[in-house]
Amino acid sequence: MNKIDFLVAGVGGQGTILASDILAEVGMEAGYDAKKSDVLGLAVRGGSVLSHVRWGRTVASPVSRKGTIDYLLGFEPLEALRGTEFLHPQSTALVNTQPIPPVSVSSGDAIYPAKERLEQILHAVTANVYFVEATEEAIGLGSSKVTNVVMIGAFSALLDVPVEVWEKVILSRVPEKYSQLNKAAFFAGRELIQGARIS
Amino acid sequence: MKKALLSGNEAIARGAYEAGIQVATGYPGTPSSEILETVAREYGKEIYAEWSTNEKVAMDAAAGAAYSGRRSMVTTKQVGMNVLADALMYTVYTGIEAGLIVVTADDPGMFSSQNEQDNRWYARLAKLPLLEPADSQEAKDFVVQGISLSEKFDTPVLLRTTMRVSHSKGVVTLGERAAVPDEIGPFVRNQEKYVCTAMWAKKRHPVVEQRLLELAQHAESSPFNRIEWGERSLGIITSGITYTYAREVFPDASILKLGMSFPLPVRLINSFAEQVEKVLVIEELDPFLEEQIKAMGIEVVGKGVFPPCDELLPDKIYSIAVDAGFLDKKKDAKPAVPPPETLPPRSPVLCPGCPHRSTFYLLHKMKVPVAGDIGCYNLGCLPPFNAQHTMGCMGASIGVLHGMAIAQLPEKGAATIGDSTFFHSGMPALANMVHNQSHGVVILMDNGTTAMTGHQDHPGTTWSLHGKDVPHIEFKPLLHAMGAKKVVEVNAFDVAEVEKGLKECLDYDGPSVLITKGLCVFISRNPQPPYVVDTDSCVACGECFKLGCPAIVKSNEHNPKTGKAKASIDPTLCVGCDVCRQVCPTGAIHPPIGVERSEA
Repeated sequence: MNKIDFLVAGVGGQGTILASDILAEVGMEAGYDAKKSDVLGLAVRGGSVLSHVRWGRTVASPVSRKGTIDYLLGFEPLEALRGTEFLHPQSTALVNTQPIPPVSVSSGDAIYPAKERLEQILHAVTANVYFVEATEEAIGLGSSKVTNVVMIGAFSALLDVPVEVWEKVILSRVPEKYSQLNKAAFFAGRELIQGARIS
Repeated sequence: MKKALLSGNEAIARGAYEAGIQVATGYPGTPSSEILETVAREYGKEIYAEWSTNEKVAMDAAAGAAYSGRRSMVTTKQVGMNVLADALMYTVYTGIEAGLIVVTADDPGMFSSQNEQDNRWYARLAKLPLLEPADSQEAKDFVVQGISLSEKFDTPVLLRTTMRVSHSKGVVTLGERAAVPDEIGPFVRNQEKYVCTAMWAKKRHPVVEQRLLELAQHAESSPFNRIEWGERSLGIITSGITYTYAREVFPDASILKLGMSFPLPVRLINSFAEQVEKVLVIEELDPFLEEQIKAMGIEVVGKGVFPPCDELLPDKIYSIAVDAGFLDKKKDAKPAVPPPETLPPRSPVLCPGCPHRSTFYLLHKMKVPVAGDIGCYNLGCLPPFNAQHTMGCMGASIGVLHGMAIAQLPEKGAATIGDSTFFHSGMPALANMVHNQSHGVVILMDNGTTAMTGHQDHPGTTWSLHGKDVPHIEFKPLLHAMGAKKVVEVNAFDVAEVEKGLKECLDYDGPSVLITKGLCVFISRNPQPPYVVDTDSCVACGECFKLGCPAIVKSNEHNPKTGKAKASIDPTLCVGCDVCRQVCPTGAIHPPIGVERSEA
């Protein structure tokens, strides 16, 4: 049982904590020891949120070392860039394309990196980068709030874990009245990964 | 056996359930708040849980319940321990009738705190046993074992986590709930034990000292402490989350893991040190273990290489250990690639629709010196407001304002304090202002909840952790009863009303209170259709940008004369609070035409 380390990066309010909870629980259900660590604090007020998730035979530290993360899930492009120092050349990054400009940008004090620059930075670390339009997909399904589950769906296609495990964990974690929406979001995400590769 | 993925805080709540705890109290504070929230949500039938008005009240209440025969728990963040400490000291002297556990969640790295204090010192100061879980499984187990320890040695027990233990999740094997008494009483009338008057307390002090000796003896063979033997060239002594980092960075070293880190097992530590060539003490923050171990005459390396500030994450431990010669650099280690440029920061801001915005906009405009306090409104110290000029601890604002007045500062000052913080520790300071007749404006920012820590209740709310429709305290009559002659209440979303009230209070010769009333958007949950900017009317004067609202962004259109960017409103963020419309001098901002406002 090999270790797998993940990093989930996003903005407070995007549902990244739920997504990393799901990821850790899927690991547990798939027979791994699993740990995760979030930095919360003021995250509800639109700050950066970074979660480490680790699967392994046994996991000691809930926090990974720089240069050792196998998978980066970027829920927002700028936040994905903040995680690059945790990656290594064989890492895989899955990044949602929809930017959420921070106040430093909307107030004109800073400039949001251009799309080309952003891709260039990620590709300088690893060739395995997938860009997905998860927010757009979620809005199409009826709510931007399921962007996180679209992302999880897309990501699930990259891992060797039975789809039933993902489904079971997701449905146990979302309100029952939104089961159908979340299920749709998950499978839409899985579809999304086809042809999303940029090389 | 049933397993679950739990955070450290959720695991402590589960531990409270399994330990047969029946009463749990606390005051919200990151990173501790989820403990009581989980207790109320998951185990509310078995455990009475409440948010008390402050940590000391919570501790007194937990002590009273433990004296009455109910196993009890109190939770706090690290700085709340300073408020709680007075009560902690006496419970160590009195002991208890049923188990009592005090949980402190420390915050190395200061993710949401004003300091980085290391609460392990409280165990030495107050003379009670200290447990430090390293992960969620231990967090749960240590509560259960801590209650046994508490009852066996007739003492409260201190359980200390850090943010990474409290907020990390791990797999936990669940157990059953211990048997608990239904009926209790009569109350034990043992005055020589429970009345800390000098003549009796004097007899209790030797009991405390003797108990510590017995606890140290217990620590020698306690399963809380264990040695993981590896290579004998290096021995590491560590505790808490740092153990998990050390285990990862030094997979081959011998490790003495201290689950009970006060009082220390002297013989165990000596024996470990004798069997390894070099001893490294790895601990976050202060040299708490190191100084005690050095006092045993054992040569160790600790704070000589590891800094006392910030978290001691695996990467930092690794690079320091390599530099200090305790570890060979991995041959295949590749340096991590940092992002090539400075990325725009994403700082926390007052939410769109926040009731505090109008007040800080005006305080900035009126250039009033402001003593600040702890809560979301502390964000008023950041640009564009820069309108809070001191902030130290819970309730400090009013006392500091009083100090500014008695120092005869020529400017009239103000204090900003939230509703929950006012109940927590603002009231004695206001009573002092009234009694000692100083002057200044206390701005009571009443948003109807304890917002920053996750929207908990307080004595001014109509709900509590265990019920709806509870009696609540109204501020106006309370303030009048406290002797405040000048009390003005305004609608926080009405800028002109807030401005008028603020001027009126600043002009008043004596202590005044301005209540800015407006619900937190997470409580009202009543978003209105997003406002729009009429680009033709907008002259790019920048007045709306002074509100620091994340929904107001610079548009691509500019004023041709000044070259400044005009405003636009992000419809996905705006909740239609109306404050920006009121400050716009050209009337360019308005609600969407033809869309009705909804009522709550």
